[in-house]
Amino acid sequence: MPHTHPGPTDKQIDLSVAAMLRFGVTLAACFVLAGGLLSLRYPGRALPDYAHFHSAGASLNTISGIFTGAYHLNPFNIIQLGLLVLIATPVARVVLCVIGFARQRDRIYISISLMVLVILLYSLIKAGR
Amino acid sequence: MSVLVFTGLVFATSVLAGLLGALTGLGGGVVIVPVLALLFKVDLRYAIGASLVSVIATSSGAAVAYVREGLSNIRIGMFLEIATTLGALLGAYLTAKISSHWIAIVFGAVLLFSAFASFRKRSEVASNAPVSPLAGKLELDGSYPGLDGEESYSAQRIPLGFGIMFGAGTLSGLLGIGSGAVKVLAMDQAMRLPFKVSTTTSNFMIGVTAAASAGIYLARGYIDPGIAMPVMLGVLAGSLIGTRILVRARAETLKILFAVVIVALGCEMIYSGYTGRI
Repeated sequence: MPHTHPGPTDKQIDLSVAAMLRFGVTLAACFVLAGGLLSLRYPGRALPDYAHFHSAGASLNTISGIFTGAYHLNPFNIIQLGLLVLIATPVARVVLCVIGFARQRDRIYISISLMVLVILLYSLIKAGR
Repeated sequence: MSVLVFTGLVFATSVLAGLLGALTGLGGGVVIVPVLALLFKVDLRYAIGASLVSVIATSSGAAVAYVREGLSNIRIGMFLEIATTLGALLGAYLTAKISSHWIAIVFGAVLLFSAFASFRKRSEVASNAPVSPLAGKLELDGSYPGLDGEESYSAQRIPLGFGIMFGAGTLSGLLGIGSGAVKVLAMDQAMRLPFKVSTTTSNFMIGVTAAASAGIYLARGYIDPGIAMPVMLGVLAGSLIGTRILVRARAETLKILFAVVIVALGCEMIYSGYTGRI
């Protein structure tokens, strides 16, 4: 049952998405590695208490806090920035799919992918504050 | 233990987990949480946060390889992601409500299931059942290169698959794992999709599902840079090496070995949760 759509084929959408994903992951890994190396400047430092949970605070838990700290080259904020880039890659993937389905004029899948996007943005807005 | 030793050991373990996960197809994230919690005595919430991040990295990092095979189905994936992302929100909400003892017990059960599921018989038989009207409307069908040329498939029992996917998303958000085993179960057992289509589509879905709970994890402080850094880099490196050197013959022995490790970790998680040590 082949479906005919105008615009790019599903495989073409898939390929552009995959290329973007690889770029995003590479960029994220670079940030995490850079922040990681910077954070190990004092390798003899005692290990924080990871056995008990204590929230790290707004500078590492919120998008605005992460950006502010990364701007001041705080190593842990650079790591978190890399992780934010990483978390953003699947979101960007869904955005590219929305565009791809729009070019195919596939109304049903434009709405389905927009629905997924709204759910993802809801979660990220939680971290935005 | 100094920061350097801790980071180095966690990195090395993560490389190994990523490597074995890719070679066996079981995913590396699933062993990271128990190893961090049981061996490194890291609080379960930090372990879950670091694991979730590594799950996104492997899913997005391996996407290019999967797309080249041309087997994943973006429409089936996108449709089912409604279920998995909603489930992930519920799961992430539940992690703050349920005691870590129970999370450990559920985690152990999922580990045992993943190990057994990896030895399940792969059904490659194309079903001749009539096309469900919903599958036609939502275009939940396609074709893939089978043994005798192009074989077409169409999704069956869509509500059941959708429901299992919601469960897979909940487990992903609750435990910080990709829950690929449950996603594949929903697609190839419930919806009767070809196994290869199920596994490749599942890989794509894992990243999107994990991203849905990642924002909530971040806001709660589960994602600690000191732990997430070596785990994310290690699992990513391990899984990329693993996909490069994929040798089928050896993979079967490795798979048994890795499954034994997973079963042992699963039992230990259930025991630790039950006795209240986690």
